[in-house]
Amino acid sequence: MSHLLLAADSVKLNTGNTAWVLTSAALVLLMTPGLAFFYGGMVRSKSVLNMLMLNFICIAVVGVIWAIYGFSLAFGSSHLGGFIGGSHELFGLGNPDVLSGFWSSAGVPIVVFAMFQLMFAIITPALISGAVADRTKFWGWTIFIAIWVTVVYLPVANWVFGTGWILNKLHAEDFAGGTAVHTNAGAAGLALAIVMGKRVGWRKDPMKPHNVPFVLLGASLLWFGWYGFNAGSEGAADNIAGLAFTTTTVATCAGVLGWLLVEQLRDGKPTTVGAASGAVAGLVAITPACAFVSPLGGIAIGLIAGALCAMAVGLKYRFGFDDSLDVVGVHLVGGVAGTVLIGFFGFDHGAATPGGLQRGLFYGGGIDLLEKQVVAAGSVMLYSFVLTFVIGTVLKRLGAFRVSEEAEVSGIDEAEHAETAYSFSTVLSGGLTGQAAGAAASTSPTTREKVDA
Amino acid sequence: MRLVTAVIKPFKLDDVKAALEVLGIQGLTVSEVQGFGRQRGHTEVYRGAEYTVDLVPKVRIDVLVDDFDADKVVDAVVEAARTGKIGDGKVWVTAVETLVRVRTGERDADAV
Repeated sequence: MSHLLLAADSVKLNTGNTAWVLTSAALVLLMTPGLAFFYGGMVRSKSVLNMLMLNFICIAVVGVIWAIYGFSLAFGSSHLGGFIGGSHELFGLGNPDVLSGFWSSAGVPIVVFAMFQLMFAIITPALISGAVADRTKFWGWTIFIAIWVTVVYLPVANWVFGTGWILNKLHAEDFAGGTAVHTNAGAAGLALAIVMGKRVGWRKDPMKPHNVPFVLLGASLLWFGWYGFNAGSEGAADNIAGLAFTTTTVATCAGVLGWLLVEQLRDGKPTTVGAASGAVAGLVAITPACAFVSPLGGIAIGLIAGALCAMAVGLKYRFGFDDSLDVVGVHLVGGVAGTVLIGFFGFDHGAATPGGLQRGLFYGGGIDLLEKQVVAAGSVMLYSFVLTFVIGTVLKRLGAFRVSEEAEVSGIDEAEHAETAYSFSTVLSGGLTGQAAGAAASTSPTTREKVDA
Repeated sequence: MRLVTAVIKPFKLDDVKAALEVLGIQGLTVSEVQGFGRQRGHTEVYRGAEYTVDLVPKVRIDVLVDDFDADKVVDAVVEAARTGKIGDGKVWVTAVETLVRVRTGERDADAV
C-alpha cells in the first residue's frame, strides 16, 4: 500500500482489484456480527442481547463517524510528525477526487478503499466489548466507542495503515492490523476491565457460556470474514493476496490444534469453546504476519499462538481482573505474539512495504526487524491502554458506564433493553391462549398505555 | 387418595410410563427438575476454568391413585426405573386430602 494518489492520471481503474476489495469489505463487515455471536454464546442467557447490541452498535456509530471525518483523519496527509492524518478533500467523502482518484497504483478507487478500511474501524472497538460483558450500559458504551474511535483508533490506524510513523518512519511490518486492531483492542480491553471492575459474583457464581453452538458459529463466521481482512489488505487480487489467504488458513488450523493440545494435556478434554478460541487465536496472530511469512512460518505462528493464548486466558484469575471473555488473553497476547513473531519468521518473498523487503531472525535478517516489531507493538499497547483508562474512568465517574448491581443480577437485557432473548415458556409469552400477554398488560396500566400508543 | 411422586433418571421415563400404563393408570404429570443426592454432580471446563455442576437433571413423575393402588404403583415405578447404579432416584407417597376433577366437579375417589 502506498500513499493517496488523488486524481492520478498515471493510474487506471483495475476492475479485478476493485471487485476483490469491495468483496473483502463485505467479508470484513460480516466479522462484527460473527464476533457478536462468538461473544454472545459465551455470556449467560440473561445478557446475550446486550452483548449482541454492544457489537452491532459499533457498525452504526463508526459507519457515520468514518464518512464524516474518520477516513480523513486516519488516511489523509500526515500531521504532527506522523501522529495523525487529515485532508480536507477527504472529509465527508464527497469530494469528486474521492470517486475518481485512486488509493494506490493497484487502481482501486479511494472510495472503495475507504469502505474497506471502515470495516476495520468497526470491528476494533467491537472486540473490546468482550472485556466488559454482562455489566455495561448501552448508551455509555455507545459514547465510549465514539470517543475511543476518534482519539485512539484513528491515530493508531494512521500510524500503521496510513501516512503515520509506524509504517513510514519506523518501517515495522503489520500487514492487516496485528497492532492497530488486535493489540489496540486487547490493551483497551485490559484497561476497561480494570476500570469497570468485576462482575457481581465473579469467581463465586458459575458464569458458564449459555450457548456453545453460537460460539463455534461465530468463530466460523469470523474465519470466513477474515479472508477479506487479511487477503483483502493486499488491496489487489494478486499472488500476495494468495499468500495471505494461504498463511491465514494454515495458521488458523494450527491455532485450533495448539489450543486443543494444551486443553488435552491440562484439563483432560478437548472442548468446543477451546476449538473456537484456538481458531480466533490463530487468526489474530497471523493477521500482521500473513503476507510476510511462508506457509510453514504461518503454521508455526498459529501453533504458538493457539497454545500461548490457551495458557494466557488464565492470567485474569492470577491478577484478579474480570476480562470476561478473554480479550486480553486472545487479542492482546495473540496480537503481540503475531507482530513480534514477524521478527523471527519474516521471509523475503512476501509483500513489499515502505520499509522494503525485510527478513526476520530465522531468515538471516538479524534482530533489526524484531526490534521494530517490538517498538510498534509496545507503542500501540501503551497508547491504547493509557487513553482507554482515562476515557473509561471519566465515563464511569459520571455514572454512565456500569449498570446497577440490581440490574446486573436480574439481567442486563431486561434492564437496558426491555427484552429477553429466549421466551421458551408458552405460559409466560402468552403462546397458550394468546390472551396471557394482554392479561399481564392489563395489570399494569402504564405498560398498557405504551402498547396502545 | 395418595400422591405417588418419583424422581428418576430422565432416560427411564418411557419405561416407567409403560409400566404404569400396564397397571391401568389414567394419568400422570411429568416435570423436568434438578437436584442432587449421593450421585452429586460433575465438572465442566470452559477456557481452563472449572465449573462444578452439582445439580443433576432428573424427571419427576406425580401420579394420583386410590389408597389400595399405591403400593402396586410404587413397586412398578421402582422396578422400571432401577438401573442399579448411583443416581436412580427416589419414590415417595403422600396422603391427599381432597381431589376434584375440573370438568365434571367429581370429587375424591371418583376424580382419580
